[in-house]
Amino acid sequence: MCKQDSLIPQIGVITKVKTETPDVKTFSITDIEGKKAFDHKSGQCAMISVPGVGEAMFSITSAPTNTKLMEFSIKSCGVLTSYLHTLGDESQVTIRGPYGNAFPLEEFKNKDLLFIAGGIGLAPVRSVINFVLDKREDYGKVDILYGARSYDDLVFKEEISQKWPDEYKTQVHLTIDSPQEGWSGNVGFVPAYLRELNVKNDKMVIVCGPPIMIKFVLEELRNLGFEKEQVYTTLELRMKCGIGKCGRCNIGSKYVCKDGPVFRCDELDSMPGEY
Amino acid sequence: MYKMNMQDMPEMLTHMAELMDVYVPVRRGGLVNFEPFSQGVEVDLGTLKTVKSPKDFFLPQVEHLFSAQSQGSKLSVKPQDLPSSPFAIFGIRSCDSRGLEILDSVYLSEPVDKFYEARREKGIIMSLACLDPTATCFCTAFEIDPAEPKADVAMWEVVGQLYAQAQSAKGESLIIELSKFFQKADIGDIAQEQGAIREKASELPWGKLPLQELKSDRLLELFDAPQWEELHKTCLACGICTYLCPTCQCYDVQDHGTGAEILRYRCWDSCMYSDFTMMAHGNIRNSQKERFRQRFMHKLVYHPENNGGEISCVGCGRCVSKCPASLNIIKVINSLVVKADV
Repeated sequence: MCKQDSLIPQIGVITKVKTETPDVKTFSITDIEGKKAFDHKSGQCAMISVPGVGEAMFSITSAPTNTKLMEFSIKSCGVLTSYLHTLGDESQVTIRGPYGNAFPLEEFKNKDLLFIAGGIGLAPVRSVINFVLDKREDYGKVDILYGARSYDDLVFKEEISQKWPDEYKTQVHLTIDSPQEGWSGNVGFVPAYLRELNVKNDKMVIVCGPPIMIKFVLEELRNLGFEKEQVYTTLELRMKCGIGKCGRCNIGSKYVCKDGPVFRCDELDSMPGEY
Repeated sequence: MYKMNMQDMPEMLTHMAELMDVYVPVRRGGLVNFEPFSQGVEVDLGTLKTVKSPKDFFLPQVEHLFSAQSQGSKLSVKPQDLPSSPFAIFGIRSCDSRGLEILDSVYLSEPVDKFYEARREKGIIMSLACLDPTATCFCTAFEIDPAEPKADVAMWEVVGQLYAQAQSAKGESLIIELSKFFQKADIGDIAQEQGAIREKASELPWGKLPLQELKSDRLLELFDAPQWEELHKTCLACGICTYLCPTCQCYDVQDHGTGAEILRYRCWDSCMYSDFTMMAHGNIRNSQKERFRQRFMHKLVYHPENNGGEISCVGCGRCVSKCPASLNIIKVINSLVVKADV
């Protein structure tokens, strides 16, 4: 590949497409030789494009410990994402990256971790969860609180219902917004379930989901006695370059593509609330 | 310091144009802009500023990044070659050459923009002192000296003579290439002219602005200032300020299908436009107030915070003279600072 400029992508090959929910699919992507296109850290993103259709930033949902390929869980909601949903195995796209900072996994070492996600917001969080579970002895207890509108909208069903609950000192708490036949788990919004679970405030917290969920989760965390310095989240804005120059994802003096997407919650307080 | 007769300038430019592409200010249809020089082209050094800033020589309004081709299920990408032809821009003003340094802060910081970098390396800036700064000029507010342009070659026009001084290695080699046109001169020859320029500049009505009040520790206070509510009201969201501004840097990336291939290009964009931040799930800046605020907060507070206090304005006055709604950065600064202090 000609590494002429950060704006020039390489070819990515879709090696597997998995349907997660009616509007979310997970794409496995390698480079043209079948290898991982580039190394990444949990929280980082990549620009995926179909020339002639568009290009957009997506979080890398696989963990850095997966050295064979990268996975992207993509919800069909716009021009590019709905086109991507029509693609099958062996389809080619362009890919460039990695972009952005990462979750501070070194800092999380030996600490108990609480992951909170809503809907497709589990995609960036899954990268951290699988990294932590692959290096299980380095981290404390793991709690995963995950909710979606309905059972059908829960992503990564195999991991959330079988793989993760079987891991050492790992608990998964699932919830859906309203009752559904055959669902025996919790019913209710994520912030309400968080209050009910009454988790101890000695953990590091990683939150990702719709802005409204994040807002109420942060409120509940405050009520539970968590400090902002314990809580990390990711922001999502429109991006074009990925390297802090095109100006689109600029909020205050930060560029979400370069200085984010991961922010500690006290950092957000010093930024205008344009997210 | 060297000098030459102004009468010999066309011949010198003709010689230069054999070595590289040369762009000079040319009047066309009543508007002065930089155009390629060739023999016979009339150079307009009398007009103070070109309508457009010279930023598009380094950050072109439209620039191809790569082409993509599909053959069956196979996709290939061919990067655009980096620009490699040497060129010179003759007759830039102090404010505009400072504007390029501000663009450098963005495009030459890591990760470096290779396309911009290649053009900066290939381009020679020949900047001309401003004999007659005008009422819309306020470069002095940013400590820019219109009597001492910063460039590869600084130039002064004094009573029928063009004085030139190399300020970089690139400038020195050019002067050597052009030595047959120049003769040695004394730096004292331009002292009187410089003094006259500085005196005029000291009387510019907006030459002093209360910029020290725009500290980044007041970022949220300035962001939430009630003045934005009034300030933005006449903004038409036309984006002319962004396009003419020598330091506005934002761009869009788009695809263009030619039938045979897809060309990916970038082009100037404006944070004043509603779709700048539009995403599938909504927009973070829904009102013109928010978009207007973004442009000025970026220039006056955000960019300085990231770049050692450097304000992203050079006082060229293009927004002052061209905004159809008479809005401009001076109104914003005065309104924010004066009212915030009451």
